[in-house]
Amino acid sequence: MRAKRKRLYILLSALLCFGGATALVLAAFDDSLAFFYAPKDLLAAPPGPQQAIRLGGLVEAGTLERAGREVRFQVTDRVESVPVLYSGVLPDLFREGQGVVVEGKLSPNGLFQAHRVLAKHDENYMPREVAEALKASGEWQPAAGGPAQAGAAQ
Amino acid sequence: MHVLANPGKFLRIFGPLLPWLSLIALALIAVGLYAGLFLAPPDYQQGETVRIMYVHVPAAWMALFVYATVAAASAAGLIWHHSLAFVIAQAAVPIGATFTFLALVTGSFWGKPMWGAWWVWDGRLTSVLLLFFLYLGLMALPEAFDKRERGQRMTAILSVIGVVLLPIVKFSVDWWATLHQPASVLRFDGPTIHESQIWPLFVMAGGFAFYCFAVLLVRVKQQILETRLRRLQLASADA
Repeated sequence: MRAKRKRLYILLSALLCFGGATALVLAAFDDSLAFFYAPKDLLAAPPGPQQAIRLGGLVEAGTLERAGREVRFQVTDRVESVPVLYSGVLPDLFREGQGVVVEGKLSPNGLFQAHRVLAKHDENYMPREVAEALKASGEWQPAAGGPAQAGAAQ
Repeated sequence: MHVLANPGKFLRIFGPLLPWLSLIALALIAVGLYAGLFLAPPDYQQGETVRIMYVHVPAAWMALFVYATVAAASAAGLIWHHSLAFVIAQAAVPIGATFTFLALVTGSFWGKPMWGAWWVWDGRLTSVLLLFFLYLGLMALPEAFDKRERGQRMTAILSVIGVVLLPIVKFSVDWWATLHQPASVLRFDGPTIHESQIWPLFVMAGGFAFYCFAVLLVRVKQQILETRLRRLQLASADA
């Protein structure tokens, strides 16, 4: 019985040490583990003009302009906004109020030159009729807030 | 626990369950697929693409669930020296690897039309890819040792240590900004999927779980019989 208990403790302490070490490493690299930066993070510590970065936020309602393949819009976190210029194919989910992640570089004049645009889907799933009913009754309040703006803009 | 420890008893008790487990798995997966592909309504944003979820999400759950099983069986083997624990752990590894692969591939099929990318290196996708490689490592490691028991013990230690990856996979979407959406079902404030869309998900998860049990039983049985055969061959060679 004693040997079994000893093995149990050895295993638990090994796991605890390894788990602790992993937690410390992940905490230390916290910033670089983020897939994208919010506009306020980007403006607080602007990257160099040659540095490729990802910017994430909502496509601000009323800022979307299309000219051929070229698209201009603002990405916002409701605190700050960054103007984005992109030319190319947009994903199906791209629309005003939608969460997006854009990849590219921030020009010195503050314009974000994107070479790729990814749409971000939120955690809400519902049939079309339910979405319509929620909008009609004014109960529309998804956590991410994205579709709420789209709803208001429509 | 003691029933699981004795190979003979294990086969006597769980062996007859195999047809039932298979039947339940088949029925649940059939109902789940039909409900997911035809009965559940299309999503307000994703349209028909939402149906990929009915394979993707249960497969991802199984990837984590099977790993927890592997780690628990490995820990039991290391602590109590039960002869069958390592066999169960080792038999479960390829099943978990398969579900992890299925989750990665179906996620990719969903990501292309929805996000606009087959793959991104965000916290969730990267940690699940690591889990897949860990599974592959656990499949390969026992072969690297001359003595079977030593290989089993080393693999069991790696399995137990690897359990730190499970919370990382689960909470990656909360800890770091990821492209992958946060949890929709297993969250404190309740699911964010409409009830008409969520029930086929649970049916599929049940089907996958029973499939896991059935395949695990087949694989463990095969291992037990192989060990017996080897022992008989050794005995007859001595005689």
